[in-house]
Amino acid sequence: MPKVRFSRRQLLRAATAVVGAIAAGKPGRPARAQARAVAAEPITPALIEAAKKEGKVAFYTAMDLPVAEKFAKAFEARFPGITVRVERSGAERVFQRIGQEMESRIHAVDVVNSADGAHFIVWKRNDWLAPYLPEEVARHYPPQYYDPDGLWVTTRVWLSSLGYNTNLVKPEEAPKSFADLLDAKWMGKMVKAHPAYSGTIMTATFQIVREFGWQYLEKLAQQKVMQVQSSTDPPKKLALGERAVMADGNDYNVIQLKEAGQPVEVVYPAEGTPLVTGPSAVFASAPNPNAARLFQNWLHSLEAQQLLVDFARQHSVHPLAKEKPGVRRLDEIKLWRDDPAGVEQMSEQIKARYAQIFKV
Amino acid sequence: MSIALPALGAPRTPKIDISWPILILSAALLCVLILLPMSWLIYYSLVDRTGAFTLDNFKTLVTDPIFVDPLTTTVILATSSSIICCAFAGPMGWLVARTDMPLRRTVRALVTASFVTPPFLGAIAWELLAAPNSGLLNKIYRAVTGAGADEHLFNIYSLAGLIFVISAYTFPYVFVLIANALDRIPGDLEDASAILGGGTWTTARRITIPLALPALLAGAIIAFLQAMTLFGSPAILAIPAGFHTMTTKIWSLFNYPPKPELAAAASVPLLVLTVALLRAENLILGRRGYSVVGGKQGDPRLVRLGALKWAALAFVFLVLMCPVFLPYGALLNATFSRVATSFVTFDNFTLHNIHFVFFELSATQLAVKNTFLLGVASATIGTIMAVVIAYLTTRRAIRGYRALGFLATAPVAIPGIVLGVGLFLSYARPPLVLYGTLWILLLAFVTIALPAAYQQLQSAFRSVHTDLEDASRILGSSRLRTLRDITAPLLRTSVIATWCFIFVGVIRELSAAIMLFTSETKVISVLIFDLNESGDLGAISVLGLIMLAITFAVVIAVNRIPGFGDARLRNA
Repeated sequence: MPKVRFSRRQLLRAATAVVGAIAAGKPGRPARAQARAVAAEPITPALIEAAKKEGKVAFYTAMDLPVAEKFAKAFEARFPGITVRVERSGAERVFQRIGQEMESRIHAVDVVNSADGAHFIVWKRNDWLAPYLPEEVARHYPPQYYDPDGLWVTTRVWLSSLGYNTNLVKPEEAPKSFADLLDAKWMGKMVKAHPAYSGTIMTATFQIVREFGWQYLEKLAQQKVMQVQSSTDPPKKLALGERAVMADGNDYNVIQLKEAGQPVEVVYPAEGTPLVTGPSAVFASAPNPNAARLFQNWLHSLEAQQLLVDFARQHSVHPLAKEKPGVRRLDEIKLWRDDPAGVEQMSEQIKARYAQIFKV
Repeated sequence: MSIALPALGAPRTPKIDISWPILILSAALLCVLILLPMSWLIYYSLVDRTGAFTLDNFKTLVTDPIFVDPLTTTVILATSSSIICCAFAGPMGWLVARTDMPLRRTVRALVTASFVTPPFLGAIAWELLAAPNSGLLNKIYRAVTGAGADEHLFNIYSLAGLIFVISAYTFPYVFVLIANALDRIPGDLEDASAILGGGTWTTARRITIPLALPALLAGAIIAFLQAMTLFGSPAILAIPAGFHTMTTKIWSLFNYPPKPELAAAASVPLLVLTVALLRAENLILGRRGYSVVGGKQGDPRLVRLGALKWAALAFVFLVLMCPVFLPYGALLNATFSRVATSFVTFDNFTLHNIHFVFFELSATQLAVKNTFLLGVASATIGTIMAVVIAYLTTRRAIRGYRALGFLATAPVAIPGIVLGVGLFLSYARPPLVLYGTLWILLLAFVTIALPAAYQQLQSAFRSVHTDLEDASRILGSSRLRTLRDITAPLLRTSVIATWCFIFVGVIRELSAAIMLFTSETKVISVLIFDLNESGDLGAISVLGLIMLAITFAVVIAVNRIPGFGDARLRNA
């Protein structure tokens, strides 16, 4: 494990960090669970026993691979005898793969965690998800972060930000806004991920188009942007020094890399930053239904959610998860609203239009 | 194959020749492998989403720039790669086969190494080397010349970069063809030339090189087809640069929402071009009597290079830097470096990548197992099929042998990704759902390997005179027994070479696998491709080196099986 280093500023900020509250404008914790269609399920010895009998769980996810494997290993350590197989790809790929597998009646996925909330609308409509509400979710999570029928729970929150390589760009010269990226000085110096691969980028592209219209992306495309696929990749390309600036990508990867000593810095653009929420669900056709439920339950426990904050450098909607110093709190950042229903309406158009504009 | 055979001593025992069942079985198998997938493909290219007949897919193909541009790019790419491959592999093949250049066997082994290296792995390694800003070579360039941070010597994310990388991993095909052809040219012809007063160079110019020209032409065509149908390298290098080739375009049409109609139509130009080129090759080579193979030959006459031999060796090693030394070095460096494109130093040395791949990455074990299993199974089944078909066609053992030969060669015209699409369309639905199992990958790999395996064994069969087989048949052996007792031992070397060829091909394969895998049937190549898309270069380096180690180990082991002959890899 690389040593985590804090700058003086970060430590200062940490001292003032408010424990708990993460999302700006988040309503207070519900005092009691409201009336729900499904019962909240605790982790019972019987569930653990049944899960161990199955012995394995297939976890399809769009989160950064080392992060996903970290969750897998933590779960395996907590419940010995159950192995987690991580199936990681971009959220849009995961969506396509699950669709393909379901169509061919291949039931391989147990639990899915996506980066595109729109997928859960489709899966719910298709009746592919199993209702399962972990007790800890029912007790603690704000109600907007889980489905009233218990079909999905928001596992993680993060942002698609800008960023730069500190060896190649001085802080005062770094872009501060989306508008800055259109400056001719960044021609050929930017890297950007793809909305037909990444759910994060799909969500971010939707929000960018909503705020600025397609003209913005048309201008950006003139800048000779290096086109990668995953939203996890632009931060890594920054760290390599392959490109100086990232036009989109996971802020959490930039933070992780920075804390590992890499010369990268995250920028939350002045106009607003696309907010991304990543829900998880148990599939109704899960080949390992008990292990799936156990995993889903554990994934939203305080233990896993603290790991999400501490290791994965993302934000938890679990009110008891403690923020780790070193990152800006969400209520300090000007956020754009996420809108899975809007993305669901527009995703085909976004993919087609984007391919036209960026040629790939 | 365990089939009850009558004893040799009882020639008059009435028996059923089982060649007909074999023909029918082979034909049925080939239908499953080729006809059905291609029929679905053609069906899809001619319908719209509702299933009604239309030519709109083809209209889009020739009018919409999003298809016309990739098509143009692909033609430029394939032509350039083909020319470059011939320009380098031709002289190299000649140096190795026909001159007294030192280290000739080492050079052959190194060319084998570059053949064994999957092109997509090479492409990723070349990202590490020649990405404009972070590439190791560009870093060295800047350090040596003091050039500014913005300047670079190489940019791998460009059409030129892509052509270079594809050529680096395609030239072994051309090299092997030329070197083998030159190996086979009998010394007698050269002796004759020498006796008639031709000097060394005259002999080379008038005898040796003309005899090798057909191999060069065949090599040019194979290089063209390889470059045209490759998927991994363009997906890795072209997309970041902002352009598509036909293969990456076809693949992108399967992103959600999938457009199989357009994908099917887009694969037709690749099919047509391939068929046309193979036809042309046949027309040019078909009638020429270059059958110098077989019979007793004098040893080839080696051209003495004198002092030039060191220059020649330097040239050869310079060429081999590109597919072997530099990429392997870059992968090794990335394996132990904290940052994939920083040189390993005391400070950033890490075993994290190795730990991650072996102890954290949950896909490793399954992918290695699947790959190994598929490699061995495909190689074994493919070799058996190729032996049977090559025998039946070269010996014209049964009626319909032409059709059989055609079917075995046909997949050569089907790019891997197109076959993947066809197989997916055929076997992802009832009645036969193979999607999601290793079987569908096995089908794909065997189909892809079959044409080359068949041709390799066909030429091997041709070099074995039929007199021996006829003698055995006259004495009452069935065809199979003759094949086993007479022909097979004579072909041992070719059979082993074919097995290795298929095995290596399966390990390298990405374009069909990318269409056909599911989470439980992932192979290493797909896993590496996945990791590249998420930018996990350290893990790729470790997996890539594991993959190379497995391949080399298997190829060497198979060549050392006691009593199974020691085939020379150069035939692969």
